[in-house]
Amino acid sequence: MNDFTRRTLLQGGTALAAAGALTGPALFDFAKAWAQTAPWKAEKDAKLTLMRWKRFVPAEDAAFNEMVAAFKAATGTDMNVFSESFEDVQPKASVAANTGSGLDLAWGLHTLPQLFPTQVLMMNDVADYLGKKYGGWTDAAAATCKQGNNWLGIPVATIGGYLNYRKSAVDKAGFKEFPKDFPGFLEMCKALKANNTPAGFALGHASGDANSWLHWVLWGHGAYTVDKDDKVIINSPETMKALEYCKALSDTFIPGVASWNDSSNNKAFLAGELYCTGNGISIYVAAKDDPTKKDLAEDTYHALWPVGPVGHPTELQLCVPILAFKFTKYPNAAKAFIAFMLEKENFDKWLTGARGYLTHTLNAYDASPVWTADPKNYVFSQASKRALPASGIGTPGEKAATAIADFLVVDMFANYCTGREDAKGAIAIAERQLKRIYR
Amino acid sequence: MTIAIDQGRTKHASRDVTAWDRLKVNRNWLGFWFMLPAMAFLILFLAYPLGLGIWISFTDARIGRVGNFIGLENYEWLWDDSIFWLSVFNTLLYTIAASVFKFAIGLYLALLLNENMPFKAILRALVLIPFIVPTVLSALAFWWIFDAQFSIISWSLKQMGVISQNINFLGDVYWARFSVIFVNIWRGIPFVAITLLAGLQTVSPSLYEAATIDGATRWQMFRHITYPLLTPIIAVVMTFSVLFTFTDFQLIWAMTRGGPVNATHLMATLSYQRAIIGGVLGEGSAISNAMIPFLLAAIMISWFGLQRRKWQQGESND
Repeated sequence: MNDFTRRTLLQGGTALAAAGALTGPALFDFAKAWAQTAPWKAEKDAKLTLMRWKRFVPAEDAAFNEMVAAFKAATGTDMNVFSESFEDVQPKASVAANTGSGLDLAWGLHTLPQLFPTQVLMMNDVADYLGKKYGGWTDAAAATCKQGNNWLGIPVATIGGYLNYRKSAVDKAGFKEFPKDFPGFLEMCKALKANNTPAGFALGHASGDANSWLHWVLWGHGAYTVDKDDKVIINSPETMKALEYCKALSDTFIPGVASWNDSSNNKAFLAGELYCTGNGISIYVAAKDDPTKKDLAEDTYHALWPVGPVGHPTELQLCVPILAFKFTKYPNAAKAFIAFMLEKENFDKWLTGARGYLTHTLNAYDASPVWTADPKNYVFSQASKRALPASGIGTPGEKAATAIADFLVVDMFANYCTGREDAKGAIAIAERQLKRIYR
Repeated sequence: MTIAIDQGRTKHASRDVTAWDRLKVNRNWLGFWFMLPAMAFLILFLAYPLGLGIWISFTDARIGRVGNFIGLENYEWLWDDSIFWLSVFNTLLYTIAASVFKFAIGLYLALLLNENMPFKAILRALVLIPFIVPTVLSALAFWWIFDAQFSIISWSLKQMGVISQNINFLGDVYWARFSVIFVNIWRGIPFVAITLLAGLQTVSPSLYEAATIDGATRWQMFRHITYPLLTPIIAVVMTFSVLFTFTDFQLIWAMTRGGPVNATHLMATLSYQRAIIGGVLGEGSAISNAMIPFLLAAIMISWFGLQRRKWQQGESND
């Protein structure tokens, strides 16, 4: 969804300077004061090992590490933080959960805490504390971490993906305003193609980009892989409609989308060959940081995913929840750290460091400076509100995670859009695999 | 001898030659201990993982969780799985097409490099370049070369006016298969060429001299001297080449991840996607175990081929 190019990685560092009001001694003072009054007192000589996903924005990482250092100094908790690539976080957390050792905290993707609900430390008190203080959690974020009334983890943030488009091309196509519904969006893509300024969305095995826009199309038509009781319902008239819509849409795309991975649309957009795509804020950030792409950055705008025939937003966004394992020897230190992360003094700065790449899950942060610093960031502030969990309307958990990892929905659409299978055949393949996963 | 034993009996009447005494001087027993480190190594790092892989394929294990025994369920599922069969087809196509070209071009190059020519040493070294570059790096380079929007090939052809639209190298099923096979051939040729060249150098020049005196043509010399003497090496090289190609992973993963719509998914990449990314270890192991019969067949063919004495001595195969 959100690949940053190497260039962004190098240049993003400059954002750090602009990021923080509360750095250095001020942050330590706050941390000390916080530790005095916080509901959770870290155990004496506590030692926490935390695994997190590998950052894309250096400034985000820097803000995170500063926060870790402040927490360390204020509570005396020894923190050992290491990062893993997106693909490795879940397997490693699963191994820790099942061996009962190795990690105290894991900060992962999608619905990680739902994969081993019996192995996590309940976070009800932390969620209450933060929710009350900061205007409550968004529903979509809560759904990723809640099992019944219990919080299995804390939804720290969402990595948002939205439509990135060139305003000049959309204007020229005759659309003063970016379309808000599916038919309008299709018309716009047709017009873009006619003007030789095409749109393009990945139809290849792009874990982020392809999954996000194809689930949006599927859900927008009211079609789901499974219903709320986890019964497989992919074989439905709604799925047919989604396939037809997707086929019509993909006929307007720039050639080659079937081979695209997560970085392909970034490259094509930044090269000026692609005029509308679904992505994180990374394309815009990269354009802003590149002096030679000033015009492109000015012409780049963001839009919400149009709402489908079902009448409500159906977005797949990448939630990043954190959890503590039940077997940790220092549960209070773990809870204290999670609460500390999300306090305003830390979190605002952190969001700013992430430059729109991370979206808050607590409503009070709607007012966070990052969303107003650049009006083009604003769209991404909605990511935690308009999303469904990765499982759609089904139970969030391991099975849904496997279906996404195995590209079932992506391959179903790609099979039909590239003409390899007819609609029935494409659905049948997906249905068969889903039935096995959800047996 | 008899006397000595008798004396022994009288001195130590109570003590017979025990099994331990015999064992102490047994050469096989000693040999066993010398063999033990190697055996332990093989069992620990080869037999055990292989056995574990086979066991996991009979369970519903997921990452981080021991599975329950479910018999052949994984295999039954794969039997009806169109994507699995597509990956088998892709793997066979990939292996056969790439191996044939690698052999033909490799042999041609070896013969060429065996001739006397200027800068012979440098040329031989240059041929090795595709082999030296780490696979992932060359795959990434080719990923750019075959990119949907930025392909240098498409760009050049467009500049020359041959085509009006970019070639959809990795997005079209047939182009994608062609592209990955092409890269595999490019990468595999040096191994075949250099090894065959080494084989060619062992052929005694006197054989060619004798053939020349007898009035043999160049083709006859190749057919009746070079080729038969090279056969054992060809068998070894092609076995290795087939094994490497069949189990290829890096090229595909870096270039297409099995796409477009699984058209380039090999058994190895599908196994990885399902077992590690998808977390379904049992099914993933079953896919990789399904490669074993094919690999065994490839090994058997060359093994029995090499066993034939006449082959080894470089005579014809009548």
